[in-house]
Amino acid sequence: MPQRIVGQVKRVNGPVITIKGVTDAMMMELVYVGEELLIGELVKLDGEEATVQVYEEATGIAPGDNVYGTNLPLSVELGPGLIGTIYDGIQRPLERLQEYSGDTIQRGVAANALNHTTQWEYTPLVKEGDEVKVGQVVGSVQETERVEHRILVPPTLEGSPPYKVAETVKKGSYNVEKVVCTLIDSSGRKIPLKMYHQWAIRVPRPIANRKPLGIPLITGQRVIDMLFPLAKGGTVAIPGGFGTGKTMTQHAIASWCDADIIVYIGCGERGNEMTDVLREFPQIIDPYSGRSLMERTILIANTSNMPVSAREASIYTGVTLAEYYRDMGYHVAIMADSTSRWAEALRELSGRMEEMPAEEGFPAYLPTRIAQFYERAGYMETLGGDEGSVSIIGAVSPPGGDFSEPVTQHTRRFVRCFWGLDRSLASERHYPAISWLDSYSEYVDEVAPWWQLQGEGGWLESRQEIMELLQKEVRLQQIVKLVGPDALPDSQNFILEVCRLFKTAFLQQNAFDEIDRYSTVAKQLKMLQLILDYWHLGSDAIAKGVTMVKIRRLKVVQEIARMRFSVPNDDLDQLDHIALRLERSMTQLGGIYEER
Amino acid sequence: MKSVRRIETLDRRLLSGREYVGASRIDGPLIYVRNTHPIGYGELVECVDSQGQVRTGQVLDTSDEVVVVQVFEGTSGLNLPNTRVRFMGEPLTLAVSEQMLGRVMNGLGHPRDGGSLPHGEGEMDVNGLPINPTAREYPRDFIQTGVSVIDGLTTLIQGQKLPIFSGNGLPHNQLAAQIARQAKVLSETQEFAIVFAAMGVKYDVARYFIDSFEDSGVLGNVALFLSLADDPSIERTITPRTALTLAEHLAFTKGKHVLVIMTDMTNYCESLREISTLRGEIPSRKGYPGYLYSNLAELYERSGKISGREGSITQLPILTMPNDDIGHPVPDLTGYITEGQIVFDREMYGRGIYPPINGLPSLSRLMKDGIGEGMTRDDHPHLANQLFASYSHVQDVRNLASVIGEEELTSLDQQYLEFGNYFERKFVNQAFNENRSIEQTLDLGWRALEELPPEELHRVTEEEINTYYGRSSEA
Repeated sequence: MPQRIVGQVKRVNGPVITIKGVTDAMMMELVYVGEELLIGELVKLDGEEATVQVYEEATGIAPGDNVYGTNLPLSVELGPGLIGTIYDGIQRPLERLQEYSGDTIQRGVAANALNHTTQWEYTPLVKEGDEVKVGQVVGSVQETERVEHRILVPPTLEGSPPYKVAETVKKGSYNVEKVVCTLIDSSGRKIPLKMYHQWAIRVPRPIANRKPLGIPLITGQRVIDMLFPLAKGGTVAIPGGFGTGKTMTQHAIASWCDADIIVYIGCGERGNEMTDVLREFPQIIDPYSGRSLMERTILIANTSNMPVSAREASIYTGVTLAEYYRDMGYHVAIMADSTSRWAEALRELSGRMEEMPAEEGFPAYLPTRIAQFYERAGYMETLGGDEGSVSIIGAVSPPGGDFSEPVTQHTRRFVRCFWGLDRSLASERHYPAISWLDSYSEYVDEVAPWWQLQGEGGWLESRQEIMELLQKEVRLQQIVKLVGPDALPDSQNFILEVCRLFKTAFLQQNAFDEIDRYSTVAKQLKMLQLILDYWHLGSDAIAKGVTMVKIRRLKVVQEIARMRFSVPNDDLDQLDHIALRLERSMTQLGGIYEER
Repeated sequence: MKSVRRIETLDRRLLSGREYVGASRIDGPLIYVRNTHPIGYGELVECVDSQGQVRTGQVLDTSDEVVVVQVFEGTSGLNLPNTRVRFMGEPLTLAVSEQMLGRVMNGLGHPRDGGSLPHGEGEMDVNGLPINPTAREYPRDFIQTGVSVIDGLTTLIQGQKLPIFSGNGLPHNQLAAQIARQAKVLSETQEFAIVFAAMGVKYDVARYFIDSFEDSGVLGNVALFLSLADDPSIERTITPRTALTLAEHLAFTKGKHVLVIMTDMTNYCESLREISTLRGEIPSRKGYPGYLYSNLAELYERSGKISGREGSITQLPILTMPNDDIGHPVPDLTGYITEGQIVFDREMYGRGIYPPINGLPSLSRLMKDGIGEGMTRDDHPHLANQLFASYSHVQDVRNLASVIGEEELTSLDQQYLEFGNYFERKFVNQAFNENRSIEQTLDLGWRALEELPPEELHRVTEEEINTYYGRSSEA
């Protein structure tokens, strides 16, 4: 029970509460409101008055109710036990809340984010007398089969360096409350370290250095990896109106990307979607480790009907957890679905605080907040000397699917990759509906050296070639719309044909098909090469006088069209066979005409 | 310190129910009361006018100086000095009861049919509480509505929230009535209980629903909450909450499968806008308040299934798109919250197609897990996909035909036109009282695809083509 009273409620306006009689309180302090101890955060100080945003439904709070202080900023608990857990926006574990308050979330329920009684098998990695720095690893815990949780010296520590290890426990089972290592600073002061520490969510965790990006985050989604790649440590926005498949794309990436840790933030979205993830992820086997996906995933669910201020906090909670794992030397990917709901939470709170609005009612600091969030991504050298990264994949839900609205526009300024979802593609059920005309990636040149090392070679050139074809197709389609396809010569009609095949056989990907839902790097490269072969050989044949109808009727074209379903990732020889058959059929066709 | 706190809470309880005479300001549906004891946010308020008539209200804003109360029955007839305002010290609740089935009530749950108030089985806060995502059960039971375009292409799942985006003058009421009458879960014998919330609709519309429920003999299984066009607009803001509170009781306490029909959500949003404007809040798009999304989510998210409990809530909200604009804030925000949408098309209506549902922008997000082998039929997922893809191409062909003329089209494109016509005339179009089984629907879908050569069907497997394609002509 908190004892320090910081003030009394003066006014209640939804989730925004004004308090009076404030003499000692700090900005961003975590406070409890009323006798039900609703969680809130102090966001404005003005003389003896202060403004608090409450993270729970405020019904019943009345003027005169006490507000209790904690002297702490809104923080998260960082330690073993995070993986596989589902939290709300302020890191309350939803499964434990269910034990306390049943199927609905009652007000004023609280639970530790980490289970403080679980026993973890701890292995010390330092010995007495060792000198350690902040951010260094002092021990490790096998958190799940695939994640080794490294216990770090917290980045901010009392006392003054250098620190030495005064005492450390032996290998054994302990809970997170156990002091596993005691440090001694230069003045002889002892600092006990537990397996977990707290960190304020709005403060980025410190790093040693930012490093240049160069390794792509392989997502297994062909349109992304091949055309609009994302680098590890990069940022990307996925804007799209409702029903264009933002969440589906996020799910697919969370399932199949090659990050070590996934933090999935359901920010103001549907409850059933989070249930879907909860139900599905434990059953999906991660192709990189052969283990269940849940063993690398942390879920943060603040659905649309949960309190709006906790929605605002959920984004920061998620990115802080991600940074923590990055500091252990992991590559972390964050899916934030959807950042628009977060921006709307900002707008709602700003409106209730009667701040002057800028565009469409959004507060003037919206771009600053967006920039601050995306800047927490990056490929870093950690304080402990490892390398880790945080990549942010943020969905944006523009009202009416109109990309000129403030959130989409400002997000575009701070991300370097853009996967625009297209409604007409979604209507055709062309998924993922990532438009090849609107989307871009500034990481293409940065990840090109990595791709060139993948053997098959020529990624950059192949990508360039197919992009050019797609551009040409747009112009040709305009002509076709006016005069019909028959007016085009076969050489141009063939461009349409190749693009059609490229779209159905390569860009479309069925997230529910056992084989198609995820393609390895090698399969993607071979598939693209096959389609380019078809383009080259076909153009040659047409130049020799073969008609396009003949080429289209080749049996091997059907095989190419179905290769995404028929060729498993571990049997790529089949693609080589298709390539051979394609060459043979084309030579045959061309031969007939040459003889004439 | 502990004892001090106890006295404070005690004080509050003693003071609740205390009445104040005289308001300081009345503005639209809002009453401002000064110099009160501490009043809780969201508290229930009873407001007594000079004739002794009691009206219900709720605290919207509370502070040391002034308390703002919204009165659901409206403020006409109230005056400043004689209005008595009683603060109840508890949130607005509904005395829920299974006996409400078969009754007609107003937006607050008071009887409108002259009968007495049903005996309550419990008091429930009308605002409800958010369902913990870990407690939810993912909905996957297919509901057969008997309407081909819904069953086949935008399948309704038990526990889903699937709105109808319509326009003025389109037959959305007929469709809702038809679904209410025909909806059935194939594996269940239990009938749906229907909770119907009308917000700002005309008397005729409410009458139409009542008659249609009566005709099909389900009226005893329907609870109607009516807040009609001539009732105070502010009552509309509470109507769906009251209705959903009863639905939650029926579903999660009584174990019933509940179908909630809410019409018209646009009127609900307009009432919210009215209050927001009166309070001088900063508007976002088209004058709607910035919290419209959260507010709608509080309604729509009150659907679904809870693991370990028997019942379910399926929502079928109806909204009219102002000026048929799907980008208008109301349909737009709704689409972001609900699990899909059924979109009406005025042009199809003009051509006499009922129901005039445009398949392309329509979507059911929960369909993927509720159809296929063991649920509907093995070919359903691919067939639906193929129908979408082909029908989408029909639109391109029609555009081309309008430029170069139908005669100039290639023979393949002409086949696509044939397919489009068959699809709209035979598959989509059906009678108001026609109840098609899912097999009939799927077979009709294949029949439509027979207008196209099998090489054009890329989304279905060869085996499916062998099994289903051309079957009808053989027969």
